[in-house]
Amino acid sequence: MSESRRGSSPHANHRPRFAYRRPPELGAAAPARHPVVVVGAGPVGLAAAIDCRLKGLPVVLLDEDDTVSIGSRGLCYAKRSLEILDRLGCGDPVCAKGVNWNVGRTFFHDREVYRFDLVAEPDHKRPGMANLQQYYIEEYEIGRAQTVGVDLRWKNRVIAIDPRADHVRLDVETPDGRYAIEADWLIVADGARSPLRHLLGLDVEGKVFRDRFLIADVVMAADFPAERWFWFDPPFHPGQSVLLHRQADNVWRIDFQLGWDADPDVEKQTERVIPRIQAMLGKGREFEIDWVSVYTFQCRRMAKFRHGRVLFAGDAAHQVSPFGARGANSGFQDVDNLAWKLQLVVAGRAPDRLLDTYDEERVAAADENILNSTRSTDFITPKSGMSRTFRDAVLELAERHEFARRLVNSGRLSVPTIYEDSSLNTRDGETFAGAMVPGAPAADAPLDRDRWLIDELGGRFHLLVFADDPGEISRPVVDAFAVLARLPIPVETLVLARRAGAAVANARVLVDAKGVAAERYDGRGGTVYLIRPDQHVAARWRRFDLASIRAALGRATGHDAEV
Amino acid sequence: MPLNLQPNFHDPERRRFREYSAGDDFYEWLIEAHRGLDDAHSAKLNARLILLLANHIGDLSVLREAVDRAREER
Repeated sequence: MSESRRGSSPHANHRPRFAYRRPPELGAAAPARHPVVVVGAGPVGLAAAIDCRLKGLPVVLLDEDDTVSIGSRGLCYAKRSLEILDRLGCGDPVCAKGVNWNVGRTFFHDREVYRFDLVAEPDHKRPGMANLQQYYIEEYEIGRAQTVGVDLRWKNRVIAIDPRADHVRLDVETPDGRYAIEADWLIVADGARSPLRHLLGLDVEGKVFRDRFLIADVVMAADFPAERWFWFDPPFHPGQSVLLHRQADNVWRIDFQLGWDADPDVEKQTERVIPRIQAMLGKGREFEIDWVSVYTFQCRRMAKFRHGRVLFAGDAAHQVSPFGARGANSGFQDVDNLAWKLQLVVAGRAPDRLLDTYDEERVAAADENILNSTRSTDFITPKSGMSRTFRDAVLELAERHEFARRLVNSGRLSVPTIYEDSSLNTRDGETFAGAMVPGAPAADAPLDRDRWLIDELGGRFHLLVFADDPGEISRPVVDAFAVLARLPIPVETLVLARRAGAAVANARVLVDAKGVAAERYDGRGGTVYLIRPDQHVAARWRRFDLASIRAALGRATGHDAEV
Repeated sequence: MPLNLQPNFHDPERRRFREYSAGDDFYEWLIEAHRGLDDAHSAKLNARLILLLANHIGDLSVLREAVDRAREER
């Protein structure tokens, strides 16, 4: 929760306004029914609207404001989010404008004690992280939402919600008056304070941390590298922590831990902020303050993310401390998980209970994110003398010993959740090496002609068939690919061959030119993976068997039997 | 066997996909064990813990090296 103050620089005033239009329902005799309504045009709500639209669903998006976020807020977008944004058609502008980085440095007092590299291995399309101010992400998403035909309604504030058995009724306030709208399905992505969650009287449970942080966006020409720098107890801010991140346009994010006793109204005064920044940067450096905020945070979630026809996503459903960048990044993963399930249920291709697995999988993910961000917070802000003694001992040992470096916890940066225990998974019947277990998000790998495996997956079910040579796949198996393509839930086959060869009927051939995919998936000739529309692994086998694939497809879509 | 100074926290019961998870589990238990204790009781807990772990390690050459490393101050 934050109290913010905007500076006078051009960045802070980067606030495009979007036109309010009189909704067609105003003055109508009866409320119109819409298949999907999304509330909240933040990064997560916009992603939900775009994803549903790409899957052919008409989408109305309601937002009470008519512009993008104030200040940079959500800042670090993890590799998995960039892959999801790629699938939604927003990845390129985000990566072009954002500051890509992989290296993080941790300092204790005035010395570096630990350095990490997020992408320790090459051969991924996207970097470990891209830093970009939230207002830019939202602007790109809004452009994309308009292109794909989302019915974007600015200055439309939901003032009442009435969940019914087979739809949800909303009362919406606009500058021209009120109207009612009905939604078959409602996605709520209206942020941590979630007005809709309050209207429904639903609780969000967890821990509030007794600490305050000063967050400042500073414009300056600095030659620091594009890395994450974190200080424990630095000479320029004794007893507390400081975090520095580079953003686009020479904007730098500085995060000062202040302690619980700090007065937020006093601390965000410019005359208080400038000396803190000068102490950090040295007096000679010129900078301009773009945005300042003092915030506290919670680590908490709703008991359930699905309430009948109402589905909560992003900060409305779960909140974490900022250390680890697990907020917006987990919101994108919520959307990724939800949209394909909603599409199948709306189309009548999957039972309603498939949407319960949105709750199952994303609640497990929220718990993982809360666990990790709580641990980071406890390390950064020790709650007792002994906790501080151990923390400082870890930092001292980390200067010399590798084992202690791994215990240094200034944030366990966002990585996608592996849905290890999901009811949608089919358990392995054979032995595989590597990390591509059922429930894992598909690893990227380079293909020939500057293409990437991750871009070939997603949006529908895929069967990934490994082969040394595309010609080695037998006729009956090739015929079975056609069966899969014609199922009620179609499966597109991708043959991943070590070398280019003849075309394969009923399949697309991809060339694993460097053998990286074969290594990451432990894919020998004949190995088969079933990949979900959100690019997570559903099942895998050492040889093609149509009945097994159909059973796994049924399981992955909430059916009792094969599809 | 020399003192192992490489990361070594692991869980034979369950596969961990993130390299920090097992160490973070231990660290959380350690801090949690001290919750609600005053300084004197925390010091006693640490003493008991060191003795339990030292006996488990047993090898005097390893323990000697660990004591030496712990005494090093910057």
